[in-house]
Amino acid sequence: MRREVADAMAEAAAQVNGNPSSIHRSGRRARRILDDARDDVADVLGVDASMVVFTSGGTEADDLAVNGVASRRAGRVLCSAVEHHAVLEPTRHLGGETIGVDSTGLLSLEDTERRLAEALDEGIALVSVMTVNNENGVRQPVEDVVSLVRAMSPGTPVHTDAVQAAGWIDLRGLASVVDLMTISGHKLGGPVGVGALVVRDRGVLTPRLLGGGQESELRSGTQNVVGAVGLARALVLTAAERDLVAAEVATRRDRFVRGVTAGVPDVIEPARPDRGSAAPVVGGIAQLCFRGIESEAMLFLLDEAGVEASAGSACAAGALEPSHVLAAMGVPDEFARGALRVSVGRETTDAEVDFAVGVVVDVVQRLRGARAA
Amino acid sequence: MTGARRIMVAMSGGVDSSVAAALLRDAGHDVVGVTLKLWGGESDNGCCSISDVNDARRVADHLGIEHHTFNFEDDFEAHVIAPYVAAHEAGRTPNPCIECNRHIKFARLAERADALGFASIATGHHARVVVDPRNGVRRIARGVDVAKDQSYVLAMLDQRRLAGLELPIGELTKTRVREIAADIGLRTAQKPDSQDVCFITSVEKRSGFLSNRMAFTPGTVVDSEGTELGAVDSVELVTIGQRRGLHLAGGGAPRYVLDTDVAARTVTVGARRDLLCSTTQVDGVVWSAEPSWGPLDVQTRAHGSAESARLDDDGDGCATITWDAPHLRVAPGQTVAFYLDDLVLGSGTAA
Repeated sequence: MRREVADAMAEAAAQVNGNPSSIHRSGRRARRILDDARDDVADVLGVDASMVVFTSGGTEADDLAVNGVASRRAGRVLCSAVEHHAVLEPTRHLGGETIGVDSTGLLSLEDTERRLAEALDEGIALVSVMTVNNENGVRQPVEDVVSLVRAMSPGTPVHTDAVQAAGWIDLRGLASVVDLMTISGHKLGGPVGVGALVVRDRGVLTPRLLGGGQESELRSGTQNVVGAVGLARALVLTAAERDLVAAEVATRRDRFVRGVTAGVPDVIEPARPDRGSAAPVVGGIAQLCFRGIESEAMLFLLDEAGVEASAGSACAAGALEPSHVLAAMGVPDEFARGALRVSVGRETTDAEVDFAVGVVVDVVQRLRGARAA
Repeated sequence: MTGARRIMVAMSGGVDSSVAAALLRDAGHDVVGVTLKLWGGESDNGCCSISDVNDARRVADHLGIEHHTFNFEDDFEAHVIAPYVAAHEAGRTPNPCIECNRHIKFARLAERADALGFASIATGHHARVVVDPRNGVRRIARGVDVAKDQSYVLAMLDQRRLAGLELPIGELTKTRVREIAADIGLRTAQKPDSQDVCFITSVEKRSGFLSNRMAFTPGTVVDSEGTELGAVDSVELVTIGQRRGLHLAGGGAPRYVLDTDVAARTVTVGARRDLLCSTTQVDGVVWSAEPSWGPLDVQTRAHGSAESARLDDDGDGCATITWDAPHLRVAPGQTVAFYLDDLVLGSGTAA
């Protein structure tokens, strides 16, 4: 977590000893702090504060969007095949369908149109397409999806999971056209355990958590005031420096990819097969795939050498699952099994990038050597 | 044990592998715990349930050692589940735990450990690795606790697989293992032993598991003369030697399954003496070190005793066991382990 965020949360924690729903003095103070945080979040996203519903994180916000809309509106739920599990699993559970992506991970607008057309008779409850993919940083054409949905199925709300995007792009334009948007704090240097769903028209969804009617009756449960302060602070700080940081991070990210691809053969970056001409990749994520390497073995050795990376996502037991994103992109198995996801952050230095390149090259050579032996 | 080495301990979340990790750590080795994620479906025991992985991780935390989880689901499906189903379809009685040891723990994991720079892997099996001082040959020997001995399920290991194997629990009784666990405050100290196949739940049972993956063949139960005595829903679920669960009418002497034939849709039953045989054919014979034809002891079940016999080479990994005293028929697909006293010589599969 960022120092400034931790400080803001500590300050809030010292002030808040009441329930923001209580009408006594300390309750009112907590309420004021919570509403200030809500105003900050709304400002950064360019929406009205009344649209911001605090949740326990991105997953709950996604669940509220998908299941909340599906329980209010009849029809099919559609989402992209590369969504975060928080959207994908509720969509599957509801018997929804996924929209395909091309080999660079970019949503296919043709497939979107086709799936919308096919579902028109049944009706379409919701369309959900993430803003930026969390495994490869690909910016999805959500605005185009909104146009398609408005033209073909007016009244169908569009949701976007912008958890991965919030750190890197100005979301005000997008927030003004979608119906529902998920954000979360921990990818921005904020705390885990807090997120928000932007709800343009509350009439499209039914709350999931019933009880005291907090968050304008859209999400019952005593609010996590300190968490909301952290989320708001992280968003504000990120927005202030975003353009500069995004450019620097992209440069270092490219430095990493160049270094690794120059250091070992048989490695691809599926989202950018020829370095930048294809899918628009934002932020500090680099998803590389090494032929003939096992991700788990690679991550083990990287961790040992002091490089923290990841691959797909981990299951409940903590084991690595094959990436559904790479599968949707049609990346051949021999490469997909050797997936590596590295995140470059705002504080990552060139020297750290070069160190990581050296370690990755070393580990890949070592594992390939072990196989050949 | 001499000299500190880098050892990967396969931790199932049970008490034995917990104590194995603790002993190796205390001996000064650089120990990393690994739990295998083998099965994606429901599980209520064994190495695959989330709570078992959590136990392994928390034991590792308590011991101050690193812990990782490796996902070998694909290999488990290919080398354990699929052959398990195929064996049932062929009317055989497979040993999935042995196939898991053969293909996953002591192959896939061993190779991973090697690639990651580990000198050895260790497990919590109740068996020992003994080294012949004359020639350096390594063999599996029975664990000190005879009632808990697991040498049978390790009988397929050859010199290559035995080279980097540590079995620190084999010198201890189960009681002593639990005492050690309690002494050092391990949460697994009183955890019950796992008994059953890890991918089969107590709710679903073997029949439920298999019914999702294969079609059952209904059959008639007949005696040796061909007289019909009853019917079964699935010939594939009947095992040679089985006595219960056939729903045969009438009283009289107990009747045992003498044979099953999926193609002919029959289950043949008879008296216990009809199960006795003088020879058993085996295939897939592997030796721990050099072949050892001739007189030896043969064990045909995980928890059973070894019987004396003679083993003759029929070529191509096939052999004939000639029992010194008549032996109950061994269900095809079952592992047979060859012993000289407490030492494992090799193994095969009943044909």
